[in-house]
Amino acid sequence: MVALTINKTQHDIDVDPDMPLLWAIRDHVNLTGTKFGCGAGLCGACTVLINGEPTRSCQTQVSDVAGKEITTIEGLDGRVARAVQTAWQRLDVVQCGYCQSGQIMSAVGLLAQNPRPSDSDIDSAMDGNVCRCATYVRIRAAIHAAARDLA
Amino acid sequence: MYTTMHDRIATKAAPSRRQFLKSATLAGGALLIGTHVTLGGKALAATTSDAPMPNAFIKIAPDSTVTVIIKHLDMGQGNTTGLATIVADELDADWSQVRTEFAPANAALYNNLLFGPVQGTGGSTAIANSWDQLRNAGAAARAMLVSAAAETWKVPATEITIQKGVVAHASGKQAKFGELITKAATLQVPTQVKPKQPKDWVYVGKHVPRIDSQAKTTGQAIYAIDVRRPGMLTAVVARPPRFGGAVKSFDAAAAKAIKGVVDVVQIPQGVAVLAKDTWSAMKGRDALKVDWDDEKAEKRSSDTMLADYRKLATEPGGRPAARHGNAASALNGNAKVIEAEFAFPYLAHAPMEPLNGVIELKSDGTAECWAGSQFQTVEQATVAAVLGIKPEQVKINTVWAGGSFGRRATPNADYFAEMAAIAKVTGGRAPIHLVWTREDDIKGGRYRPMVYHHVRAGLDSAGNIAGWDHKIVAQSFVLGTPLEAMIVKDGIDATVVEGAADLPYRVSNLAVDWHAVSSPVTTLWWRSVGHTHTAQATEVTIDMLAHEAGKDPVAFRLDLLRDHPRHAAVLKLAAEKSGWGEKLGAGRGRGIAVHESFKSFVAMTADVTITKDGSVKVDRVVAAVDCGVPVNPDVIRAQVESGIGYGLGAALRNQITLTDGVVDQSNFDGYEPLRISDMPKIEVHIVPSEAPPTGIGEPGLPPLAPAVSNAIFAATGKRLNSLPWDFKALKSA
Repeated sequence: MVALTINKTQHDIDVDPDMPLLWAIRDHVNLTGTKFGCGAGLCGACTVLINGEPTRSCQTQVSDVAGKEITTIEGLDGRVARAVQTAWQRLDVVQCGYCQSGQIMSAVGLLAQNPRPSDSDIDSAMDGNVCRCATYVRIRAAIHAAARDLA
Repeated sequence: MYTTMHDRIATKAAPSRRQFLKSATLAGGALLIGTHVTLGGKALAATTSDAPMPNAFIKIAPDSTVTVIIKHLDMGQGNTTGLATIVADELDADWSQVRTEFAPANAALYNNLLFGPVQGTGGSTAIANSWDQLRNAGAAARAMLVSAAAETWKVPATEITIQKGVVAHASGKQAKFGELITKAATLQVPTQVKPKQPKDWVYVGKHVPRIDSQAKTTGQAIYAIDVRRPGMLTAVVARPPRFGGAVKSFDAAAAKAIKGVVDVVQIPQGVAVLAKDTWSAMKGRDALKVDWDDEKAEKRSSDTMLADYRKLATEPGGRPAARHGNAASALNGNAKVIEAEFAFPYLAHAPMEPLNGVIELKSDGTAECWAGSQFQTVEQATVAAVLGIKPEQVKINTVWAGGSFGRRATPNADYFAEMAAIAKVTGGRAPIHLVWTREDDIKGGRYRPMVYHHVRAGLDSAGNIAGWDHKIVAQSFVLGTPLEAMIVKDGIDATVVEGAADLPYRVSNLAVDWHAVSSPVTTLWWRSVGHTHTAQATEVTIDMLAHEAGKDPVAFRLDLLRDHPRHAAVLKLAAEKSGWGEKLGAGRGRGIAVHESFKSFVAMTADVTITKDGSVKVDRVVAAVDCGVPVNPDVIRAQVESGIGYGLGAALRNQITLTDGVVDQSNFDGYEPLRISDMPKIEVHIVPSEAPPTGIGEPGLPPLAPAVSNAIFAATGKRLNSLPWDFKALKSA
């Protein structure tokens, strides 16, 4: 049994300690907003917040996060998250949308640390999040828009 | 000779108004019998089986919500928003009352009018084939609401207006749609409906918010990978490492020892490991031992294959795709001849959501599937054939797809066949969720074919193009499939030669030949299909000729496009908006390209900087687009941005290579997509138009690579013709 605190709720799940957090979240807790893209930490689709820090859940074993605060897209709240999601909706960033949970988690992590990111700050924070629809122009614009709303 | 895929299939399936109205009536019955969920009251369902409302595309509920039935897959291209826009406009609904729902698999009601009797999405046809159909559906529904109000209020129908979902009369009477549907359902479907004039459009051509933004920014949108069924098992499949290989034998003992693994079964495509969750299935597959039979497999390396292609291009025996005059003799005369070769690698589509789907066998012998279904009719037939049931016994629930770029639509419904085979061999004892991993996706074939072009072209003394002799060597993914009858004419596969055989430039002597090659490596359409390579070959060649003629690349093209005003218009617009002609600094360059695909016209300029490490950064792209009526201008801009990014990622660094038949790449490290730091600034300019809408999911891609290639030449004086660009070649003397 592993005890995970996801979106402020504790879940006791019966999995091997080496199971990646991604699969525990998706297949055992049934929160499907966090996505599987590559399973190798190369695309960022599986990004969640662990104690507020954007983290690739496909590269994180469940045994490493017992007792930590795990936040998925379903549990996002607070001023920064609302600003990011609102900006994403206002600019119609999404296309297929599959990577966008991960993009949004990374953007929330960025803005929580750096309220006025430059273009190069955005490149550094977001380069690990692949979007095959290439919605990058709008992701950049939405992060700047969210930053303005938060100022 | 060559005709476009559109032309070939459109002539077989032009819809008439009569057909539409008939299907609307049938649809009313079908919806009432089958999926009647929102149109209030059993009374209505009981009174008539041919109730005119709802029709096949529109359901209006007592709460006045208008649900538009979407017959296409939305894999990100935004067609859900576009199709709903067309209906909402004709109905004069308020955008806030509009909902959407994906249609069931039912080709009688929901076929793609450009695909004949087949329900499916592709070829950038969603808006184009639905435009008249949905305008008529919306107009018919609107007319019935008006009639219902007129009869209820005892006023002339001509005095009734609808604005933002409110039906009104000058006397002050008002009603919402939901208040009129019971009355409307008793009326005849109007036999004559007249869609609005452009001046009356309230949503078409204007901005509406995307239907899917909210669900896709909160984690609520459901993709196939998110479908959960009681008792569901997840399956991953071990497939042959070489194309054309097969299972010789396997040992499942170690796999079965993994916690969570439930079963290991052989299917025609490989060996499937079934487990209680995805991770256990993947671990089980890692532990599986399979001995493969490679006797019939491709064992060549891609380098060898390309060398074979290059040699073949010099040999006779090509199939003639276009012929005017005599190109060979024109080039043997006094013409100034240039010669160029262009090599293109295999490319994986790599949509963010790997292929997956759920299948459940029911006790009554039917099957139900959940998937990002792109070719519903083919998939229904394939599942039915595997299970030995009828296609109409296969229910498909289409859900949001996490990208496709062509990958989810295959002539043999590949992953549906796999999931049906697993369900069959396991006797349907549990719902099966088949999941491909990223490695399966990158190594799994169905690639954009490897292609080789060789072009010789020459100018006469007046600077006109005297001759153009163009050889294309490529594998067809259409020959030998059920699609052959639709797409191949006189031995020419339109998906290979499109964009080259219909060269728009004035050329006195033209020859385009296709050498067909074959391999067990499986190939497929990849966003913009043949145009992925023909645009590069033609638009770089024309740029080389402009340089050879000593003319400005825009002026040179315009002179040769006098018979093609839509090409010329977008070319001029892109050039003007880019600041064409201005001087850029050292190490920088601007290039241009124009290309027609899927009946739309796109021109682009690209500005590049040669970086200190000798590679190339694309700084800015300016695009001009003519796709007929721009139904959703912001979705069009988004699709062009997307086409630019998708094309740029591939041209910068993507290739699938084979060593002794085994794919060298496996994930996003060896096959690295475009990232945000690679993305240029983009401007998209849309040409106003009242012509019927044409494609936009794909046409934004083809001009990107040649515009950048031509910009690299402008910056360096060097030609990088093959893709991905080999920047090392810029460093050599």
